[in-house]
Amino acid sequence: MTQQAVLELRKVSKHFPTHRAVNELSFLLERGEFFALLGPSGCGKTTTLRLIAGFEEPTTGQILLNGADIAHLRPYERNVSTVFQNYALFPHLTVQGNIEFGLRRGGQNHIAKRVRDVLELVQLDGMESRYPAQLSGGERQRVAVARSLVVAPEVLLLDEPLSALDPNLRKQVRAEMKALQRRVGTTFLFVTHDQEEALSMPDRIAVMNGGVIEQVGTPEEIYLHPRTRFVASFLGAVNWIGGAGVRPEATRIARNAPENVPHRAARVMQSNFLGNRFHIEAALETGERVTSEISRLDQAFAAGETVYVWWRAEDELRFQ
Amino acid sequence: MKRSGRMLAIYAGLALLFLHLPLLILAIFSFNVSPFTVWQGFSLHWYYAAFQDPELAESAWNSIVIAIVSTVASTVIGTLCAYGLWKRNSPVLSNSLYLSLVTPEIVTGISLLAFYQWIFRFWHVQLGMHTVILAHISFSIAFVVIVVMARLRTMDATLEEAALDLGANEWQAFRLVTLPGIWPGVIAAALLAFTVSFDDYVITSLVAGVDSETLPMAIYALARRGVSPVVNAISALIVFGLGALIVISERLRAA
Amino acid sequence: MTRLRSWFLAPSWAVMLSLFLAPLLVIVVYSFLTRGAYGGIIVAWTTESYRRLADPLYLTILGRSFWIAALATVFSLILGFPLALFISRSASRKNLYLSLVILPFWTSFLVRTYAWMFLLRDTGLINTLLERIGIIRDPLPLLYNNGAVVLGLVYSYLPFMVLPLYAALERLDPNLLEAAADLGARPLTALFRVVVPLCGPGIRAGLVLVFIPCLGAYLTPDLLGGGKSVMVGNLIQNQFTNARDWPFGSAASLVLMALVMLLLLASVRRDAKGLL
Repeated sequence: MTQQAVLELRKVSKHFPTHRAVNELSFLLERGEFFALLGPSGCGKTTTLRLIAGFEEPTTGQILLNGADIAHLRPYERNVSTVFQNYALFPHLTVQGNIEFGLRRGGQNHIAKRVRDVLELVQLDGMESRYPAQLSGGERQRVAVARSLVVAPEVLLLDEPLSALDPNLRKQVRAEMKALQRRVGTTFLFVTHDQEEALSMPDRIAVMNGGVIEQVGTPEEIYLHPRTRFVASFLGAVNWIGGAGVRPEATRIARNAPENVPHRAARVMQSNFLGNRFHIEAALETGERVTSEISRLDQAFAAGETVYVWWRAEDELRFQ
Repeated sequence: MKRSGRMLAIYAGLALLFLHLPLLILAIFSFNVSPFTVWQGFSLHWYYAAFQDPELAESAWNSIVIAIVSTVASTVIGTLCAYGLWKRNSPVLSNSLYLSLVTPEIVTGISLLAFYQWIFRFWHVQLGMHTVILAHISFSIAFVVIVVMARLRTMDATLEEAALDLGANEWQAFRLVTLPGIWPGVIAAALLAFTVSFDDYVITSLVAGVDSETLPMAIYALARRGVSPVVNAISALIVFGLGALIVISERLRAA
Repeated sequence: MTRLRSWFLAPSWAVMLSLFLAPLLVIVVYSFLTRGAYGGIIVAWTTESYRRLADPLYLTILGRSFWIAALATVFSLILGFPLALFISRSASRKNLYLSLVILPFWTSFLVRTYAWMFLLRDTGLINTLLERIGIIRDPLPLLYNNGAVVLGLVYSYLPFMVLPLYAALERLDPNLLEAAADLGARPLTALFRVVVPLCGPGIRAGLVLVFIPCLGAYLTPDLLGGGKSVMVGNLIQNQFTNARDWPFGSAASLVLMALVMLLLLASVRRDAKGLL
């Protein structure tokens, strides 16, 4: 039995007077997925999110939620909910008031219980009567998520959800958010430019550039088998040796020329000890620089040494 | 540099004194027992005279009624207008509002008078409280728009998007999210509109009817006639009353 | 969304159209009509009202209005600049001083004008004091002349000069004055060669904000000027009450409006160029 796509974008375009933010975008979101839209600023990912949420209308194309086209419905007519980058908590309402807001619009019952349940879910029990101004950044983020989850949307949209948080907090919040999504089972679609977030949190990623999707796949697929040079260099580092692309951790160094694998002569320029690994910069005879990441348990190299850089043929990135 | 700094401070003190002394003197002499500008003793009898004068009482009442009605109307209309313009500007409307602020009061007044008289050919009405109230609404709106717009600009625009996202329609988003956020600004605008309406003489004197004399008109008539400490007394009351309203309005604007 | 926005703007549109723009249209039309025998309007098109304005009598009034407004504006600038400078340099009490400056303006224009009647009239406070001290024997005619009007206008509109000046001075980099002192400039020189030119836009804003209401003043010349200091505002008011010459009054009003708008456009364009 195939899972029905909960959200599908078909050839969605958004033209502004000055530029095309989104160009014939198409992708599918499966029910229960944790999906990421990744790309540099200006690539159109936020516009895509706003198109799905309803704050913008597409110039052409369809946005299907459970098969029905919602492209021209108002935000309050769509069963999707957004967690904003700055959280957009209503300052004049308490946490309770904020979370209730969506429920009261729909005339739901058992409001108090649902609010309590969702607060428990995000680990903010007992905070009902606080005001947003009294909460920390992390707490505010959780209220925003709770407020959007409590209305039981088909898809939860998150706009750079971790960017406003303290960097130290992010690793922990990433894990919590992934666990939350598993527990709740709602389809999450989040937008980010941070590659570490994009690799660690979602089930699948779509990499966007200039208004189009360059590749869709799981984090491993995208990292190990990038289809374009852009995708390769956006996610992780790449050594461009001659025409081939090789990841630093796949770029190995030996004192003697290896056999039966592609290799090049090089001279070690720098060897940085980073605790659990060495970060080595070497220069090829052509002058090109390559970096290699090797475990500290492997052989160490000193600056000035003449070495060979080599890689396994299957570690070479092939583009289409 | 320090000596010039002190000179500057002295000058500033004198300048501020210049701005406030005339009113303070007016207030002080309202307590003078004699009607002449020679201090002869403390007395409140000018205040009693002011309160007991039936004409003054009626004109004060008219002023209050006009001010309250025009304030409520102009605050509602102006707030809605500021919100609409904040969403997307309408150059014609903004410029009209701006024009209503810079047009000399005498021109606004006579144009309204001419307009009313022209209308009265078709409609059997006279100049009266209603003509004054309409005039006051007209010139107050621009003030309200300015104050509320300033407040709106400090608001986070994504709050309304969040409200829409959670199921509120545009009107609910305004009522439940934006309006609570700008509420102090709306009150500040209302207090300002009240002050502007209560104090108006030029326009009011032109479009008021015989039965709608306002307090400024009564004061004007008294001032024209000659020295009257009763005017001092009313003036002191007005200055401190309106002054208090403005102070509250300023506090709310900053809130 | 645009539908809702139209509802929000509709009441203002209604008020502006019917109670501001329509009346202006009415007097535009009236300015080209003829006065009726008993003071009404006869629908006979003519430009006579405008031509009459060119009469030396009325040109004098216009000239006097310009002159008085200009004097009041210049005095406001001279008096207001040091005050604005002081406020911009007082770190913690800025808002207090600003409130003290702006507060009187909002209390009551009529009362503030009356206050000067109280002070300046023959039996007013100033004359009484001077007589008491023995400096003069007969009261000085302080009231009912151009000077009293200028004084009243400066008093009324000084805040309009101080606030934009303050805003411009506040934005100035304090290092500039230090640099000037470094290069050997004495405080007064630094003031005139560095500060004043950089406040250009603020000064221009203040000049416009004071000159325009002064030009169209009515109450101040009425109460403080007596019959001798007739300004355009008094002329207009007279046409609509005693003289009952509405076409003429309308024409004068429109000329005043035109002058006001020309001044505004000139100042806006000047500052727009400054931004380039």
